[in-house]
Amino acid sequence: MDEKVLTQHFGLEGLYRIEVYRKKGGYKSAEKALKQMTPAAVLDEVKRASLRGRGGAGFPAGVKWGFVPQNVPKPRYLCVNADEGEPGTFKDRYLINHNPHLLLEGTIIASYAVGIHTAFIYVRGEYEAVALRLEGAVAEAYEKGYLGKNILGSGFDLDATVHRGAGGYICGEETALLESLEGKRGYPRLKPPFPASVGLFQCPTVINNVETLSNIPFIIQNGAEWFIKKGLPKDGGTRIFGVSGMVNKPGIYELPLGTNLRTIIFDHAGGMKDGKKLKAVIPGGMSAPILRADEIDLPMDFDSLASAGSMLGSAAVIVIDSETSILDVLKTVAKFYSHESCGQCTPCRIGTAWISKIVERLARGKGERDDIDAIIRLASNIKGKTLCPLGDAAALPILSICQKFRQELEGDLPRA
Amino acid sequence: MSPEYSASLRRKIDEVAARYPKKRAALLPVLHLVQREVGWIAPDEERFVAQVLGLKPIKVREVVTFYTMFLRRPLGKYHLQVCSNLTCSLLGAGPLLNYLQQKLGVGVGETTADGRFTLSTVECLGACEQAPCLMVNFDYHGELDRDKVDRILESLE
Repeated sequence: MDEKVLTQHFGLEGLYRIEVYRKKGGYKSAEKALKQMTPAAVLDEVKRASLRGRGGAGFPAGVKWGFVPQNVPKPRYLCVNADEGEPGTFKDRYLINHNPHLLLEGTIIASYAVGIHTAFIYVRGEYEAVALRLEGAVAEAYEKGYLGKNILGSGFDLDATVHRGAGGYICGEETALLESLEGKRGYPRLKPPFPASVGLFQCPTVINNVETLSNIPFIIQNGAEWFIKKGLPKDGGTRIFGVSGMVNKPGIYELPLGTNLRTIIFDHAGGMKDGKKLKAVIPGGMSAPILRADEIDLPMDFDSLASAGSMLGSAAVIVIDSETSILDVLKTVAKFYSHESCGQCTPCRIGTAWISKIVERLARGKGERDDIDAIIRLASNIKGKTLCPLGDAAALPILSICQKFRQELEGDLPRA
Repeated sequence: MSPEYSASLRRKIDEVAARYPKKRAALLPVLHLVQREVGWIAPDEERFVAQVLGLKPIKVREVVTFYTMFLRRPLGKYHLQVCSNLTCSLLGAGPLLNYLQQKLGVGVGETTADGRFTLSTVECLGACEQAPCLMVNFDYHGELDRDKVDRILESLE
């Protein structure tokens, strides 16, 4: 069963170089789009492919592109979100390191479809090696005429710049990313207006994840129907699952959307490390509510995970064994969001700090009887009360841990 | 303008700034360039960057204090940043950090007396498949245990 699309040539030596990429059919899709298709036809193909955003929110990419107004006298921008920071997630690092030209080809096609002539690729600051790999690819693409003026003689122009962040989880949030790219603190903006109409430098802007854009060349080459067959009708294509934690074979696994979570852990990722017992799984990056061991018979797609009270998010699967204390997990989660809250919204700034302090106290064995209720109350007061999704991203996993593992957490508390 | 910055730094700054429709957007890349040359961002560097990009110094300070990678004090020659996030913690980041503290004789956030090593913790580095992992300056090292940490430190002697 060879279902791989994005990662199919990853074993190939030197795939990151343009001549190797082109030998494998690379840049044929860009050529097809720019020379044989109208921007509207490209947009329509992507819309029909049901490609949902791979960054976490799962918004249909074609619909997002369609929101960009074409009749305003301002430049339009594309921002590629390579600020991979959701704990557990490392797929975009693989995609860029192995196949940077695939991302650039997707970037070219997306820009053509939306009428964009300037793209910025925002790479998280810690990924220096990734940024260098990408800068090398951008230079090659300019040299071979895939970027710059009059690409492939089509009359279409596109400039691309690799931009490095400087450490800050919040900058993966799309409006914080825009602020950061403008040279400011990464403070999320109030929406609406949405970036499609008022984005980078107050101009219409598309923001797409690395994996989302890397799918575009395949949709153009093989068509929307083919792409849907690779996944589900409302959720086309494959997904790169990043599995980490207590498994024998941590790594990336490109599988059809809808693959069962148990299969991913026990077949693909080789099952539990050292014969340990499964306790819990975080299925979509740290922001996704936790699943107990008895809840993992689930197809991994956006809608199934939402029905199960969790989310597919960035498809980062973190596997937790029964010897790990759930209090330690809670402590790490609480500390992370307290550290990463940007501080704009009081419920998130104060709430995450209080929760983290209470959990620290629990971990020191100084817990008080109503601590779990206090955490639940605080988290509930963050949920839905912040500008950006970080508030929910903090509250939901904390609530799910407290609710699903209350008994174990209370075992650490003094009795009545 | 302060004279101690190299001509090549100034040239690189001009190149980078030219890529953006608004100069201020070059602030993060320019701070990276300056930090690479100087080692950290002191108030003098903030003023220099503000001047070259035509900003008020406070706009630079706001940014320097927001992002974790901009350093407001000098660090050791090698900055060891141990990931303390979930996957790395599950796979032994805690004991590894204790080991490093013991071995180097410093706590988290401290620099060894000889100025060689600074030890820090860091949130998820995006290398969870290699957990537990750490960064030495910009180099990633994964699948760590005590032996591997010993070998890494030896290679830096």
